[in-house]
Amino acid sequence: MRREHEVSPVARHPRLAEVDQPGFFLREFPLQTVLRDDGTADPAEVPLADADLVMLYRWMVLNRALDERMITLQRQGRIGFYIGSIGEEATIFGTAAGVETRDWIFPCYREHGAALLRGLPLVTYLCDLFGNARDVMKGRQMPCHEAWRPGRFASISSPIATQIPHAVGAAWAARLKGDDMVALAYFGDGATSAHDFHTGLNFAALRKIPVIFACRNNGWAISVPRERQTAAETLAQKALAYGMHGERVDGNDLLAVLNATRRARARAAAGEGPTLLECVTYRLEGHSTSDDPRAYRPADLVETWKRKDPLLRMRRFLLRRGALDEAADAKLRDEVREELQRALREAEAFPPKPPLETLFEDVYAEPLRQQREQLRELEAAVAADPRVGNPRHAGT
Amino acid sequence: MPTMNVIQAVNDALRVAMRQDPDVVVLGEDVGRFGGVFRATQGLYDEFGADRVIDTPLAEGGIVGTAVGMALYGLRPVSEIQFADFIFPAFDQIVNEVAKYRYRSGGQYACPLVIRAPYGGGIRGGHYHSQSPEAHFIHTAGLKVVVPSNPHDAKGLLLASIRDPDPVIFFEPKRVYRAAKGEVPEGDYVEPLGKARVTRPGTQATVIAWGAMWHEADQAAREAAAEGLDCEVIDLRSLQPLDLDALVQSVSRTGRAIVVHEAPRTCGFGAELSALLQERCFLHLEAPVRRVTGFDTPFPYTLENEYLPRAPRILQAIREVVSY
Repeated sequence: MRREHEVSPVARHPRLAEVDQPGFFLREFPLQTVLRDDGTADPAEVPLADADLVMLYRWMVLNRALDERMITLQRQGRIGFYIGSIGEEATIFGTAAGVETRDWIFPCYREHGAALLRGLPLVTYLCDLFGNARDVMKGRQMPCHEAWRPGRFASISSPIATQIPHAVGAAWAARLKGDDMVALAYFGDGATSAHDFHTGLNFAALRKIPVIFACRNNGWAISVPRERQTAAETLAQKALAYGMHGERVDGNDLLAVLNATRRARARAAAGEGPTLLECVTYRLEGHSTSDDPRAYRPADLVETWKRKDPLLRMRRFLLRRGALDEAADAKLRDEVREELQRALREAEAFPPKPPLETLFEDVYAEPLRQQREQLRELEAAVAADPRVGNPRHAGT
Repeated sequence: MPTMNVIQAVNDALRVAMRQDPDVVVLGEDVGRFGGVFRATQGLYDEFGADRVIDTPLAEGGIVGTAVGMALYGLRPVSEIQFADFIFPAFDQIVNEVAKYRYRSGGQYACPLVIRAPYGGGIRGGHYHSQSPEAHFIHTAGLKVVVPSNPHDAKGLLLASIRDPDPVIFFEPKRVYRAAKGEVPEGDYVEPLGKARVTRPGTQATVIAWGAMWHEADQAAREAAAEGLDCEVIDLRSLQPLDLDALVQSVSRTGRAIVVHEAPRTCGFGAELSALLQERCFLHLEAPVRRVTGFDTPFPYTLENEYLPRAPRILQAIREVVSY
């Protein structure tokens, strides 16, 4: 007779016998889709009025045009770096539009679209990319690391997953203060391997803290494909181990993402705890302008995903529904182009650098003695030799 | 005025802060029902409840990372790291998030939180219950670093830290948690950050120390006095911001300085103090600035008393510096 510790889990729980079978978790966490290939959708699954749907489509168009333009600007040497979200617009706008404006957003670094939706002026965003005198971050961060407090859009850092526990803490604080606030945390598929993902989800599930963990599974962590990030079939299933609700949604389907986000928000606000929302999408471009995906990614794979482009799918739906026609779409695209051009002209007209003293501000609420002394030291150095700060006069 | 030890003073400060401000919360491992492994949070769970005295899962990165979100939203979290040696899983959160949040957001957000951690050796704790990691945090712009040596300062400095607009790393000298006793005012008071205290006036040399090592410095200065050597002793209390004026004033007068700390010598805070004193007091110096510190080894178990810069080694340094 076998002793207890020799009894396999399979023998104890018949359903677990299937766990090892390929496809088990794909079936347990089915990909939820609303937009069909022919451009139709179940009317009961359409969450917004036509005007709002067109508005969100316009945001996706603007975001795409912005990303394309900024990649060009980087290649022209006009900005230093860029991280786009081409192909991931439905995930970003579906989640951001699925929460309330009083909810806080804890971004990764591809969700500038969510900040724009929250009211970050386009010109302000562009000034952030230039790091110029009008940059809200005072030229301190590289491009695509924005923060926008009026929109409750938190600050971005480059280390992966660190914002996840921040979202948990903010939502805890809101609950303690009696505020109806659900925190929305963004991260990529790579972040699910990081320790902050584990600690954040564990803590949130344990205390039923109102957070939506929105995983933008875009298939790639720089050059490492999703399949080499984790042996788990889906990322959503990781919710199970934390005792948390998890869902897998078609991340290129604006309506599916929006519906799933609304469900997660309702669950969080009702005290039923957090949700891990895996949005399955695809990074159509490189990780950033510093990356060339041709070195590690076959082109035909990208072509397959281009056919599932979230903008094309939304456009097809709106045309078929009659919420948009070809002429209105062309007009909308012209307007977006002009808006972008105007904002770019305005942003580029500001002085290229913030004032010297800003280097020493905001380290502390008030500069300490050494910051004051070091500012005087630097001012004297610049006064003595204007080449200080000019990269052409560096040692290399 | 009641007499308390350091741990009671810390506990009293937390209670005073939590009674006065509903935004103050405490979080960490074992801080709730149990009251903390050193009893620093004893009684707080019963008085303030599980929502404000939070037993966290065992993850230092989460204890700090969650506190960041709380602070951003307007709470005043006080995180406890059970031993300073275990702060390193939270190092990324502290260095890259806590320290930079205000700066990197262009001043849009602030991250006012306190991270308390018992530090230091002499308790037979070996590598992982003995370290003094203050230099890592002083080296990171955006953090304040405070180390009290006695109950009065522990309470007043902790209350000031909780109300400070900037994040504060608050290292508590666990070797003297119970041994250091003194009168502590009841109720609310603060000791301002950035102010050192001259605890013993003297003319021939300045001995600079903080935390548990202040007690060793004081002992050495007493023994030196018996030999006719008159030392000034300064308890630094706040390492960042630093009371540089107090140090410069003293060393300009005595012409001799000895810095004492438990942490390894290389790149310890003593190195920074030594550099600052030679920059500011060069023409007053009668001897090189001397460091009496832990050694450049991991913190030892059996030979910990040899490792620690205790009074006999400080006394030898005083003799050598005065007769230089």
